[in-house]
Amino acid sequence: MKQLTVISGKGGTGKTTITAAFASLAKNIVMADADVDAADLHLVLSPEVKETYEFKSGCVPVMDESKCDQCGICEELCRFDAIQNLTIDLISCEGCGLCALACPNEAIRMEDHCQGHLFISQTRFGPMVHARLGIAEENSGKLVSLVRQRAREIAEKEGRDLIIVDGPPGIGCPVIASIGGVDMVLVVTEPTISGIHDMERIAGVARHFKVPALVCINKYDINMENSTKIEVYCQKNGIGVVGSIPYDVCVTKAMVHEKSIIEHDCGRVTTEMRIIWEKVQNSLQ
Amino acid sequence: MVISIASGKGGTGKTTIAVNLALSLNNIQLIDCDVEEPNCHLFLRPQIEKRFPVGIATPEVDESRCDYCGKCAEACQFKALAVIKGSVLRFSELCHGCGACSYICPQDAIEEKVREIGIIEIGKSGDIEFIHGILNVGEAMSVPIIRKEKGLVDRTKTVIIDASPGASCPVVMAVEGTDFCLLVTEPTPFGLNDLKIAVEMARELSVPTGVVVNCADIGDRKVWEYCTKERIPVLMEIPWDRRIAEAYSKGIPLVEKMPEYKDKFRELYDQMKALVEVGPAFSYVAK
Repeated sequence: MKQLTVISGKGGTGKTTITAAFASLAKNIVMADADVDAADLHLVLSPEVKETYEFKSGCVPVMDESKCDQCGICEELCRFDAIQNLTIDLISCEGCGLCALACPNEAIRMEDHCQGHLFISQTRFGPMVHARLGIAEENSGKLVSLVRQRAREIAEKEGRDLIIVDGPPGIGCPVIASIGGVDMVLVVTEPTISGIHDMERIAGVARHFKVPALVCINKYDINMENSTKIEVYCQKNGIGVVGSIPYDVCVTKAMVHEKSIIEHDCGRVTTEMRIIWEKVQNSLQ
Repeated sequence: MVISIASGKGGTGKTTIAVNLALSLNNIQLIDCDVEEPNCHLFLRPQIEKRFPVGIATPEVDESRCDYCGKCAEACQFKALAVIKGSVLRFSELCHGCGACSYICPQDAIEEKVREIGIIEIGKSGDIEFIHGILNVGEAMSVPIIRKEKGLVDRTKTVIIDASPGASCPVVMAVEGTDFCLLVTEPTPFGLNDLKIAVEMARELSVPTGVVVNCADIGDRKVWEYCTKERIPVLMEIPWDRRIAEAYSKGIPLVEKMPEYKDKFRELYDQMKALVEVGPAFSYVAK
């Protein structure tokens, strides 16, 4: 059983579009949406939710004002400015529990808190695990890890060959959680100064965590010079470029129709996508 | 006025709006709070005048004093410490630097040392005061850097904060306490889906919102229908234009390539100012 995560560094390069295309082409897979913050894969895969679980991974402080003698120790010790005038601001609170530990009157207790939901669903391409982090909640990395864990369990139970993970943008905690221990990451980039800058950083993250990487260049014809720069960078750094996809408004039309770019024929985009999938599959062997 | 620029969906044009708004106005402080993938500097090419590291306090255990009681690991809500078979394991990438472990240790065996996770750079681009943070590659936590950047907000200026994509902690830290959150979207199902999440986030923070629709002539009309229904003003629309895409790809700010856009950005600012002055009646539905 192999695991592939699609990442980008820069947002909006086409991760979800490409992940959905892979879902259309691959056989015997489990899909996982690791963008728990702003998940979009379900908009194309139209999952039927079979199981829902609460994600409770952290605690929040609750103050019992009848026990509080306003000594102010909690406010003094809090490093996140989450206690002002003895009122706890749950937005700023990171759930460390130091206030509860330090309160001489035990006026603060830490309570379990639902930080989101995890869903196990069926799609036309196979099972899918996805999640929704609560608004302004912490621990997105933990929720991503949980999504991946559940995907692995399903893959093992059902004898699935491949887990395809739609990763989040950026390079921080949720991205790291989405790539740890996978067999390959596919970095989707675009030929813009921002895209190149961000690609180099995410490639650095993959290197740091010793995960092999491939690159594909989306909307390559927006700037051919930059596309070449990306190819040169990848060659210098031993990263395979599996394909270059042209810009086409058809991709948006496919999204509006809730279809992947394989199901909704987008001409050269679809052709190139098939080639890319072949190469990615071969690299996973 | 302090304006944050967020989106939900990545790649909708936050940095484009932030940079071009900054270039169209006076007395600007621009703070790039997308510390994972900062891009504003690529367009503004600031002269950096100061840089300083950002660290978080991480525990170091003096094992000569430690009796492996395990209270530190028990206290740690982030599982950044484990006490197993006579040794203390630290998972620094999970550590939030809260100090609970050193506080609770009965043997006083834990000392906190600052571990660098990134840097903040301050400089100037023309008359624009420029600040950005850069998270070190391999580090997990962006919030401590963003928190430090927010501490540098100068309310005597018009402050523009470029946030990262999404709606979780790093974005919350960037948007919190700002006077207006401008949400940049695209008229597609992904754009709308993530816009709704971003709106919920801004409402949770009681920050009024307005929307900019980028690539406004692709996709469908559902973003406008949503904004009308939720009484969120659509303050600007930018059509998809290959010239804009090409200039962006080269790192050329929009207002440099198409100076007629300066007036549009000034108008955008005037509208936001008016909404902030009028108050909650128009610009958000209070939670």
